[in-house]
Amino acid sequence: MTMLQVQNLYKEFDGIKAVDDLSFTIEENSIVALVGPNGSGKTTVFNIISGFLGADKGIVVLDGKDISSMSPFKIARQGIGRTFQNIRLFPQILVLDNVMLGLKYKTGDRFSSALFQSKRMKKEEVENTRKAEDLLKFAGLSEKRDALAENLSHGQRKLLELARILALEPKIFLLDEPIAGLFPETKRTMFGLIRKLKESGKTILFIEHDLHSVMDIAEKIIVLDHGKKIAEGAPEEIIKNKEVLKAYLGKESL
Amino acid sequence: MEYLIHILIISGIYIILTLSLNLIVGYTGLAALGHIAFACVGAYTSSLLALNFGISPWIGLISGAILASILGAVVAYPSLRLRGDYLALATFGLGVIVYSIAKNWVGLTRGPMGLPGIPSFSIFGYQISNVWSYLILVLVFVVITFIAIRNITSSPFGRILKGIREDEIASQAMGKNVNHHKIIVFVVGAFFAGIAGSLYAHYISFIDPSSFTIMESITVLLMVVFGGMGSLKGSFVGASALIILPELLRFLGMPNSVAAPLRQIIYGLLLVILMIWRPQGLMGKYKFK
Repeated sequence: MTMLQVQNLYKEFDGIKAVDDLSFTIEENSIVALVGPNGSGKTTVFNIISGFLGADKGIVVLDGKDISSMSPFKIARQGIGRTFQNIRLFPQILVLDNVMLGLKYKTGDRFSSALFQSKRMKKEEVENTRKAEDLLKFAGLSEKRDALAENLSHGQRKLLELARILALEPKIFLLDEPIAGLFPETKRTMFGLIRKLKESGKTILFIEHDLHSVMDIAEKIIVLDHGKKIAEGAPEEIIKNKEVLKAYLGKESL
Repeated sequence: MEYLIHILIISGIYIILTLSLNLIVGYTGLAALGHIAFACVGAYTSSLLALNFGISPWIGLISGAILASILGAVVAYPSLRLRGDYLALATFGLGVIVYSIAKNWVGLTRGPMGLPGIPSFSIFGYQISNVWSYLILVLVFVVITFIAIRNITSSPFGRILKGIREDEIASQAMGKNVNHHKIIVFVVGAFFAGIAGSLYAHYISFIDPSSFTIMESITVLLMVVFGGMGSLKGSFVGASALIILPELLRFLGMPNSVAAPLRQIIYGLLLVILMIWRPQGLMGKYKFK
């Protein structure tokens, strides 16, 4: 079944085509990598899908529903959970609260519940605290529960950002360079977590510019260059694709 | 003794202003510079209702607070699009506009002549006119404001406000309706500021536009920053300290012509010292970005 469908997407910045007639589909419960050299439009695609940027043309369909013209928070509620290339946490609040900001409440996060300190709010808060603690455990951050997010290391911040969108329980995860700048060991942890997500039935689309590091994890690779899709397929095919080699190396063979 | 009680009453009124501004600035991170405009609306609404129509100050207080909230909702709209310095400028403009209206709409507000003879509150036929009973009245409202704002900020709803302060874009990516929250925060903040304005008017029994200049907004902001943004205890400390400290000057036997400008100098110095050594304020945890 198709989870995410992007159709004929266009986006121009001052006459420069950032995304040029891009179409692709992401199947449910798969791991797909969106790769391409710097400036090939990968993050722009993410920004359009998650609603932070409006496309000039084209539509985005999530699980059969057109989400192209929705505002970012509504898209997030529809089931798109994204991380950011330059990590956007809530720095001056606790790690635990960072995760809890991703969790859904039925009525507990309403103004009236807060003002009148409703019993249901307190009950939901207890449940959600437990959920958040479980997610921190999943990401290996239990010890940092009561630290401020700004005091975490780069790798821990990446993991926390993942834990936070896990809390959102999205239909599809959009991870913007989840392994950029990580030590090899943290990189393995991150890939391990992504595989676990896939095993539990989740769908993952992630950005990476280094083609080689996605070879063993991605089931499908989509290669962008200058906003255009130049190749799509299994890792083994992509690595042999002439267009791809040209985009990366400037020539057709090594 | 009466003088001391008077200082406490004024402190109480400023604590209400500071707590309500802290919700907007300290917890939600919206740079609002026109807070006194809401108090101005509250004060004039309940005074005019009492003077022109003989309406009970209690009803005036509520009407003033509601009208201030409506103004708050109006101000919230630019805040949905403006960020940081630009929002500060827009709210500053609001402060100037409200002040100008109070000063120039002579037919309604009597302009610079002010409104004298504003009646005080009464309960079951008992007039709250001496300072002791008025202190109790103000304290009741301080407690109500404190409980309301503590409830709001210490709940999941308040966590979302802090999220908006820390990163609006990330909050949206977490499915939070940022605009909705900003509007509520402005409406609630303005509501309590309106109450403070009304309490002030019925206490002093005379108001004129000079009580609601933009300098007053800045003083309240200073109280928030001095006590600590995002700290309720800080708002109590900040408001009381900045009311009581300048009063101490009187005991140094300074003539009024020296003491008044000295007040501004002290405020300025305190702010500079604070920003250098303790940017998060006396009790605050959150630093200015």
